[in-house]
Amino acid sequence: MIANEVAYNGKVEGDVIVTKADAVINWIRKHSVWPMPMGLACCAIELMASAASRYDISRFGMEVMRFSPRQSDCMIVAGTVTYKMAEVVRRIYDQMGDPKWVVAMGACASTGGMYRSYAVMQGVDNIVPVDVYVSGCPPRPEALLDAMMKLQDKIGKESSVKNLTKTAPAVSS
Amino acid sequence: MIDQDFIDELLAKHSYLGFISHEDCLTLSCNRDHWVDFATYLSLEETFDLLVDLTAIDHGEDAEIRFSVVCHYYSRVHHDYIRAHVECASNENPEIPSLSSIYPSADWHERETFDMFGIRFSNHPNMKRILMWDEYPYFPLRKDFPLAGIDTPLPAPDVVEVTKASVEPAPMMGGPFVSSGSGPMSDSEPRAKDESWTEKSEKPG
Repeated sequence: MIANEVAYNGKVEGDVIVTKADAVINWIRKHSVWPMPMGLACCAIELMASAASRYDISRFGMEVMRFSPRQSDCMIVAGTVTYKMAEVVRRIYDQMGDPKWVVAMGACASTGGMYRSYAVMQGVDNIVPVDVYVSGCPPRPEALLDAMMKLQDKIGKESSVKNLTKTAPAVSS
Repeated sequence: MIDQDFIDELLAKHSYLGFISHEDCLTLSCNRDHWVDFATYLSLEETFDLLVDLTAIDHGEDAEIRFSVVCHYYSRVHHDYIRAHVECASNENPEIPSLSSIYPSADWHERETFDMFGIRFSNHPNMKRILMWDEYPYFPLRKDFPLAGIDTPLPAPDVVEVTKASVEPAPMMGGPFVSSGSGPMSDSEPRAKDESWTEKSEKPG
């Protein structure tokens, strides 16, 4: 046996691993992010590309795209959020089970982008809490993958029970 | 192509039409009362069986006739367009008969024209907004409506209660954003016309 071994060694420690609950729970969560594509405009095409073979989002453990909010925990808002659609985005967000995260993909979802107009919400963060913003119009698939890895880092650092102590009211759905 | 004989014959047949000189295609003004008759004629007796566009023009708040509706008909025999104008009688409650019973494609075009200009189309099967939500109080393409928009509540009260969000005028930041249209592409990309002011710092002087 090597004296300076730092990893877990079953011969020494038996069948017991001592760790923190946060570390285990977050480790599980961050490697099984189930994203829901909230595709509202052209960014959704890049989102599809990042799930396809060339960029392959499944390399990072988040390929299980679900089109139902009940089955997913990360909403990727890909595209222009109009004021008419804002209500729908919020309702779908409320229908997702906790814990949940939001990625604002592209300039429009982040800030309204080039649409400085009467019809477009100037950033989806007006209605849902955004965890990661991705720049680009549209962002390349690599940028989305980078954002998803940033989200994984963020999940790894947060308190795993924060959704149990949250008191923010939800919109009836 | 449409030749002079066709135009002469058309104008001779229909006294309610007026000729407007335009470079691109045959342009006619039409009397309000014959708007539907003319469309019926073009569709059934002539070969203009495609209504490719229907929109409106706001001539400004001070104009004597503020709104007119513009239509483009296309003929697959002539391979050419006819453009027809009709003026709305009232500036406050503009209304024009609908063409949707003759050209089904007019249905959504007329809804969009109503949505953007507030021109009602009588006898339309479903005269309501098509882009903005039903409760939206303004008509965004009218001349008196600012590009950035006007403060308005969002249509869902329960979402507003939680998020405190509302329809706010978009920041123009020295806009509107337009292309200079000349020079290399890197210089002619759309940018704010007047960068000396933003919503946070007023224009000096």
